[in-house]
Amino acid sequence: MENILAFLNEPAVTMVLLALIPLVFILVYALVTIYFEMKVAAHIQNRLAYMETGWHGVIQPIADMLKLLQKEDIIPTSADKFLFILAPYLVFIGTYASFAVMPFSSGFIGSNIDLGIFYLVAASSLVVVGLLMAGWASNNKWSLFGALRSAAQIVSYEIPGVLAILGVVMVFGTMNMQTMTQMQDGGIQNWLIIGGNFPLGQKLALFPFMFILFIIYLLSSMAEVNRTPFDLPEAESELVQGYNTEYSGMKFAIFYLAEYANLFLVSAIVVVMFFGGWTSPFGSFMSGTVWSAFWFVLKGMSFVFLNIWLRWTLPRLRVDQLMYVSWKVLTPFALFCVIAIGFIMVI
Amino acid sequence: MTALTIYFNDIYRAISSALIGMRITIRQMVSPTVTLQYPHEKKQMPDRVRNRLYMNYDDCIGCELCAKACPVDCIEIEVMKAPPTETLGETSTGQKKRIYVTKFDIDIAKCCYCGLCVFPCPTECLKMTDVYEFSEYDRNNLIYNFGTMSPVDVETAKLKVKQYDEEQAAKKAAAAAQAAAAKAAAAAQPAPAPAVPDAQVTPAQSEQPKGPETPPTQQ
Ligand code: SF4
Ligand code: SF4
Repeated sequence: MENILAFLNEPAVTMVLLALIPLVFILVYALVTIYFEMKVAAHIQNRLAYMETGWHGVIQPIADMLKLLQKEDIIPTSADKFLFILAPYLVFIGTYASFAVMPFSSGFIGSNIDLGIFYLVAASSLVVVGLLMAGWASNNKWSLFGALRSAAQIVSYEIPGVLAILGVVMVFGTMNMQTMTQMQDGGIQNWLIIGGNFPLGQKLALFPFMFILFIIYLLSSMAEVNRTPFDLPEAESELVQGYNTEYSGMKFAIFYLAEYANLFLVSAIVVVMFFGGWTSPFGSFMSGTVWSAFWFVLKGMSFVFLNIWLRWTLPRLRVDQLMYVSWKVLTPFALFCVIAIGFIMVI
Repeated sequence: MTALTIYFNDIYRAISSALIGMRITIRQMVSPTVTLQYPHEKKQMPDRVRNRLYMNYDDCIGCELCAKACPVDCIEIEVMKAPPTETLGETSTGQKKRIYVTKFDIDIAKCCYCGLCVFPCPTECLKMTDVYEFSEYDRNNLIYNFGTMSPVDVETAKLKVKQYDEEQAAKKAAAAAQAAAAKAAAAAQPAPAPAVPDAQVTPAQSEQPKGPETPPTQQ
């Protein structure tokens, strides 16, 4: 027993164990979300979705996962083998690494670095490299087009997204995500979406800009995770499946997992920036390490739900419309908000 | 409109239409589903639905009207006229059965469920049912043999018919012979009559009765 405890207290072992927590979370979350998304999609269309495997089909995602594990792993002959194999892992690593600075609860954050959100933006940009790699290595027109669109989309939406983050960082004066969350502690009235924990005048002045920034970040995050209405990179009706057309079996599953993990990631960023992260909406009531994890996941999942809801509501944009939204609408608005916030914070 | 108002108008419309769409989808989400969990629950079929054919063999009088009506020729019937001495029973509508139906097959794989065979049947023994789950692994299983006569039954029936035909033929031959004899006797009485036309008549007459021998067996 003591040996085990000593082993667990070994810094390297503790590090690995702590690093595994987000991974386990991602796996469980992906299973839940796949089920959740299918159900929401089906009910929006007045269908029922999975009903056969288990009660209301709850174990269907597990069955799907087992199926994907058993599938033949096909690598096209003319594909660039090395890049082809590397791409899904790179995509997943980019997403997974971003979880490191995510304050899951008041007691748990992978790495409490001061560059938090900056690191997060940088690490999640790795995803686009992976997607391009996948599209290029597949040696397939559709994949390549999917990857190119994906790259164009992510790069253009990164700008309003990062500007929105900049606005928030200017308000908080820190990039540390844990500090950001703590600054919004104390109940729903302190969340940044309602103006944050500031004197009333400043609060009222901040509120409209925060709301616009929230919308801007929400839209650009949806574009970054390639979901409808911004799912051009994998537009089924045009590009088969986009950059992951040629992938099968476990590699495809990893893409899938990364996509869902990314979805939670951006939702979590929204939550941390505007909705108080892990803080309880009732001040000190129901707060604590475990409760705060609960609030964090609940808030994150509600934004995941919002994403799913929008996915099954809106049609896909055209490529030029996509660029229009990013460059002509979101970016100027974000710039304007950043400047206005600068004035407010200085005054 | 200036470019600027168009620009802001577009943004307003984009957001408001997205919100309208979201309201619609969330309403749909909480409204009841329409899915029918098929193998577990089934839909009540309408009264006059046309699915698998049902045939009441006991009522069939072998008129072959259904086979003639079928546009895809999927009803195959073989009939044999029964001797009048045989009693084949009656249909439920009170019609006397006079014909052996030795074979009554419906190839349901070919059937197009038009229902055209149902109406001509004088005894109403064909019926469309609401059974629609009758897929098979073997194509041949889709040929439904409604006829209940076993091969032995068919053989005995054939024998009976043959026997009856032979009897009839014998009777006819006897009758013909009698008639011929009577004629010959009648011809023989007027002695001065020339023998040559008489000789011509008799063979012709004796050949004629042989004719009706064949039709019954053919049927
Ligand atoms: S339903 Fe139509 S196709 Fe089918 S057996 Fe009757 S007549 Fe033929
Ligand atoms: S029409 Fe009716 S009675 Fe006539 S052969 Fe067909 S099933 Fe029999």
